[in-house]
Amino acid sequence: MKARNLERKSAITGVGQSAVGRRLNIDPLALTADACLEAIEDAGLTRDDIDGLSTYPGNMQAPAGFTGAGVTEVQEMLRLNLNWFCGGPELPGQLGAVINACAAVATGLARHVLCFRTVWESTAQGGGPRAGLGAGGGGGFRASGIMEWTLPFGAASAAVWIAMMARRHFHEFGTTREQMAQIALNSRKNAGLNPNAVYRDPMTMDDYFAARMISDPFCLYDCDAPVDGSTAIIVSATDAARDCRKTPLRVEAVGSALRGRPSWDQFDDLTTMALRDAGAMLWERTDLRPSDVHVAELYDGFSFITMCWLEALGFCAKGESGRFIEDGKAIALDGEIALNTHGGQLSAGRLHGFGFLHEAAVQLWHEGGARQVPVEPSVAVAAAGGGPLGGCLLLVRDD
Amino acid sequence: MSDKPFRLLPAVGPHNEHFWHGGAEGELRFLRCDACSTYVHPPLPICPECLGRALTPEAVSGRATVHTYTVNHHPWIPGFDPPYIVAIVDIEEQAGLRLTTNLVGCAPEDVQIGMPVKVCFEERDEGIHIPLFEPDPNAAKCRAEHIE
Repeated sequence: MKARNLERKSAITGVGQSAVGRRLNIDPLALTADACLEAIEDAGLTRDDIDGLSTYPGNMQAPAGFTGAGVTEVQEMLRLNLNWFCGGPELPGQLGAVINACAAVATGLARHVLCFRTVWESTAQGGGPRAGLGAGGGGGFRASGIMEWTLPFGAASAAVWIAMMARRHFHEFGTTREQMAQIALNSRKNAGLNPNAVYRDPMTMDDYFAARMISDPFCLYDCDAPVDGSTAIIVSATDAARDCRKTPLRVEAVGSALRGRPSWDQFDDLTTMALRDAGAMLWERTDLRPSDVHVAELYDGFSFITMCWLEALGFCAKGESGRFIEDGKAIALDGEIALNTHGGQLSAGRLHGFGFLHEAAVQLWHEGGARQVPVEPSVAVAAAGGGPLGGCLLLVRDD
Repeated sequence: MSDKPFRLLPAVGPHNEHFWHGGAEGELRFLRCDACSTYVHPPLPICPECLGRALTPEAVSGRATVHTYTVNHHPWIPGFDPPYIVAIVDIEEQAGLRLTTNLVGCAPEDVQIGMPVKVCFEERDEGIHIPLFEPDPNAAKCRAEHIE
């Protein structure tokens, strides 16, 4: 008997996305409004119908542009009458904000929850490095929290931390850069079919190997591309979803587990991440199996994270992700599991998790245009997060 | 002093000074549970294994092996110039007790997962000693003798 109370009572009913691009120089709240209003309209609702609001990470101290809008700003801007709201960074990944919304509608705290995520890192960083650290950057700075154990060693980015996880995977399983490159190449190929993707020019294996190294084995093309943009998702209670314009995408199962240590270096198995447990939990809550899934939209802040998700969600065995993707066929639009069909964050831009759920919905509504998966998919998984944070949702179109 | 790179330093207080100041006595120290002997890192006020409340800093041997590593090429921190090796090392005394650190005294092309290393310290301001790791020739020698 599967525990299905939460999932059977929630559905995705609309999605929206603002302009997405490099250095748009548009107020992030305006981007947020564009995405939110498009999602509300997509669902066939008006803002008067929205009684819940959820975001990741909301207003917090963060690198410039990391968080473009918080709950209270959006409530004020759209003058929403809310019965429930939630925003914060300590969630099972970015999509934890959506999982919270599922719980809210399932328990009757809200009927239609507007979920959003806005980034404007491209404009805020202005093409330069993240400001404020380093010699001359203010001698009073002292590293604390998890950064206490990494920053003194120049391990200033998840690129460094996750590169070490990838290296360990290479060591234990014989994974290679040629194999890992397929994540970037597949995304670029799909991005070429997506008019909203930021990087659409074809990429070859030679291009990949010619790119400058960031933190080996990661080169530039293993790292996602900062952009400005906002994505919005409407989560509705299934009884309320009947009032919506489109076929509801039922949330069949979610994964939100954190069972290992929440650490980039103390986690028990560095060839996996916390998403290992989120993936396992998802399958504990449904009778569907990985082979039932047509489309997988899996986080790629760094290419290796997608490989971890492929293993965590059972699309291949543990340690086998390199061999699974090595010729690119299994993950192509017409492959056994179509992967990151919009181009992922590597080529479509770092919308920080929400872009994957948006694309899963687009594919299930058969609105993908040139990049539409040809089988007319009815089951999709969207997953976001890496390191100590990860969450995933399995969506089903029933008609 | 001039051969030391710029480093961002940790915020040191009562909860972690055993770690960051231990190098002044040449010691790599971790909190250890008085009741069940588990090393607890990062520091916590109780032992997550047995929930014991008494934890005491204790020096370990400083011997470790490279669990994984990366050669970083990107200039994340102005003044801390690439390339440099970031590694996660397994501390000998307890399975799963690890540190993120820099490997020094070792060329990037010579690093290998599993290679034995030992702690050394870089002294900074305010008594802070950054624990770095370098190849452990004694361990290598022992291993060579064992193979013969």
